[in-house]
Amino acid sequence: MQRRAGDGAIPFFHDPKILSIVFQVLLCTAILAFAGVAVWNAIDNLARTKIASGFGFWNVTAGFDIDQTLIAYSAQSSTYGRAFWVGLLNTLLVAALGIVFATILGFLIGLGRLSHNWLLSRLAAFYVETIRNLPLLLQLLFWYNAVLKALPELRDSQVLVGGVYLSNRGLYLPKPILGQNVWFVLIAFIFGLAASVAFALLARRNRDRTGQRWPVAVVTTALIVGLPALLLVATGFPIAFEVPKMGRFNISGGIEILPEFMALLFGLAIYTAAFIAEVVRAGILAVAKGQTEAAFALGLRPSLALRLIVIPQAMRVIIPPLTNQYLNLTKNSSLAVAIGYPDFVQIFTGTVLNQTGQAVEIVLLTMAVYLAMSLFTSLAMNIYNARVALTER
Amino acid sequence: MNRMILALLLSVLGTTAVTAETLETVKSRGVLNCGANGQLPGFGIPDAQGNWTGFDVDYCRAIAAAIFNDPTKVKFVPLTAKDRFTALQSGDVDVLARNTTWTSSRDTQLGLNATAVNYYDGQGFIVRKTLKVNSALELGDASVCVQQGTTTELNLADYFRSNRMRLKTVTFATLDEALKAYDSGRCDALTTDASGLYSVRLKLAKADDHVVLPEIISKEPLTPFVRHGDDQWFDIVRWVHFALLNAEELNVGRANVDEQLKSDNPEIKRLLGTEGNFGEQFGLTKDWAYRIIKHVGNYGEIFERNLGQGSLLKITRGLNALWTKGGIQYAPPIR
Repeated sequence: MQRRAGDGAIPFFHDPKILSIVFQVLLCTAILAFAGVAVWNAIDNLARTKIASGFGFWNVTAGFDIDQTLIAYSAQSSTYGRAFWVGLLNTLLVAALGIVFATILGFLIGLGRLSHNWLLSRLAAFYVETIRNLPLLLQLLFWYNAVLKALPELRDSQVLVGGVYLSNRGLYLPKPILGQNVWFVLIAFIFGLAASVAFALLARRNRDRTGQRWPVAVVTTALIVGLPALLLVATGFPIAFEVPKMGRFNISGGIEILPEFMALLFGLAIYTAAFIAEVVRAGILAVAKGQTEAAFALGLRPSLALRLIVIPQAMRVIIPPLTNQYLNLTKNSSLAVAIGYPDFVQIFTGTVLNQTGQAVEIVLLTMAVYLAMSLFTSLAMNIYNARVALTER
Repeated sequence: MNRMILALLLSVLGTTAVTAETLETVKSRGVLNCGANGQLPGFGIPDAQGNWTGFDVDYCRAIAAAIFNDPTKVKFVPLTAKDRFTALQSGDVDVLARNTTWTSSRDTQLGLNATAVNYYDGQGFIVRKTLKVNSALELGDASVCVQQGTTTELNLADYFRSNRMRLKTVTFATLDEALKAYDSGRCDALTTDASGLYSVRLKLAKADDHVVLPEIISKEPLTPFVRHGDDQWFDIVRWVHFALLNAEELNVGRANVDEQLKSDNPEIKRLLGTEGNFGEQFGLTKDWAYRIIKHVGNYGEIFERNLGQGSLLKITRGLNALWTKGGIQYAPPIR
C-alpha cells in the first residue's frame, strides 16, 4: 500500500482493496434488491388475488378442538392466538422431556459401549447402530402403530396398580388432590432441598481441605425424601387420589397421557439417545489414557476415576455436539404431525394456516418460533460450556 | 447500476406472479393441473395402474375435454385437506376439485372462488356396532377421529358444544390416518362427509361391524374452486358443471351425443354448438359441451359411474337428483 502511494503505477481498477469493496457493495445491493423484489412481489400477488394479509386473524375465534392443552383452551371462545400458545407449549413439553430422557439414556449407552463387559458393550453397539441408521419418521410410526396399537382395547384394559390404566387410548394415572396440611410437606421438601445443597457444599469444602469424604448421597436422600415422607405420615397423609373411572366410552378423571404423546416421546428420546451415546463415547475417549492411569495410581476406584477425573474433562468435548443433538430433537418434534400429536406445527402451521389461508405470515412466524427455541437452547448450552471449558492459564 | 439490476430482477420475478389468464396458461402448457384428493374412492383416487378415477376427477377431465378435446390432458396433483388451498393460491394447480366445502371465508379471506355445487353433502358419523349407539346424540364423552383442515373439524366442535356433550378429538393430517386410528380402536367414532363415510366403510377391515349414524349434522356443499381474479376461468369451470347438468336434463349422454347433433330441439342445438357460438364466448370452441359429453358423459352418468349404482358405493342421488326429479341440482340455461 505504501508502494502504491509512491509510484502510482497501479490503476485503481486493479487495486485489490478497491476492487474487493466494489464487489462487496455490488453483491450486497443485488441481494437486497432481490429480497426487496421478492417481498414486493409477494405483497402484490396477495393483493391481486385478494388473499387476506396481516395478523388480524390472531384474535379471531379458532373454533376447533385440541386434545392436549396445558393451558385453558376451548373451541368456543379461544382465539387462534391461544391455539398458537397451546401448540407451542405442547412442543416445548415433548422437547424438554425428550431432552431429559435422551440424555440419561444416551449417557448410559455411551458408557455401556465403553464397558469391559463384552455383552454390555456389544448390546450398546447394537442399539446405536440399529437406531441411528433407521429414519426417525419410520421409528415414530413404529412406536405409534406397532407398539401402542398392540395395547389392549379400552374395554379390556386392566387396572395395573392403584388405578393405573394402560390401553390404546393412552395411559391413565391417579391424580393427586392436595389436602390443606400438604403445605407442611412442601415446606419440608424445600427445606430438605436447601439443606442438601448446603451439606454438599460443606462436604466438598471439607474434602478439599482434609481429603475425607462425607456420605453425601445418604444424607441428601434422607433430607429430600425422608423428611417430607416423615411429615406426610405425621400430618395423616393429606393427599387424596382421584382415580380414573371407566365411563361409557372413555376413562374420565385422573391424569391422561395420550398415546400420541408417548409414541413421540419414546421415538425422539430413543433416536436421539443413539447419537448422544456416540457423543459421550467420543468425549470419554478424547481424555488421554494417562489421566485414568494417574487416577488409578492415586488409588481411586474405577467408578470414582470416571466420575471425578474422566467425565469432567470429557464434558468440554461433549457439550458442543450435545447441543446439536438437543437442537435436532427439538426440531424433529415437528414430525408429530405424522402421528396426530397436537404439536406446534400440527396446530399452527396445520389447522390455523388452513383455516386462515395466510401461509406467508404463519410460515414466517413458525420459522421465527423454531429459530428462537434453537437460539435459546444454544445460548443455555454455551453458558454451560463456558463453565466446564478447560481454563487455560 | 442499481436500477438496472432492479429492472432485470423485476422482469424475471414478474413472470412468476400469478397470472390472470389461466386459460391461456393452460393452453400453452398443454395440460390442466388439477388439485385432487388421491385417497377417497368415488371422488378421487388412482387405481393400481395409476389411472385416476372419481367424481371430482371426472370434472377435471371434463374441463380438459372442453379445452383440448382430450380428457387425458390432466395432471392430477394429490393434495391433503390441509394443503389444498395453499396449492391453489400459489398457482400449483389451476382448479381444485377435491370434495371441498363452500364456505364464506374460503370464498373471501382465502382468495378463492367457489364455482358451482357439484355435490350436496352433509357430515355424519360412523361407529362400531358393539357400542350399541343409535344416535350421534349419545356420543357424549366419546373419542372422535377427524381429518385436519376440514369444515368437519369445526362442525364437530360446534355440534358437541350445542348439544352440551364432552368431546375428545384426535386429529390426523389425512383421512387415511384418521381411518387407520379409528379401525384400530383409538377412537369410538369417525366423522367426515356422509359421502366419504360410504367409501371409508369399504376400507375398514370388517365393514359389517360398523354402522353409519342417521344424523347429518351440517351442510356441506362441495364445489370446485378457482383463484380470485380470473373471471373467464371462473366462468369456464362453473359452466362445465352447468353443461353437464343441462345435458342430463336434455337426455344427452355419451351414447347418443352424436345422434343428438342432428336434433331439432333448440336447447340441445345451443348445448352442442350446432346453433349459436356460446362456447366461443368462454374462450373455448363452439362444440365445447359436445366434447365434454362425448368424452366424459353427462352429470347423471358421472354420478352413477363413480358414486351410484355403477360403483361400489351405491349412493342414491338424493339431493343431487335434478330439480325435475325431486333434487336440487339446477342449471341456468345456455343461451
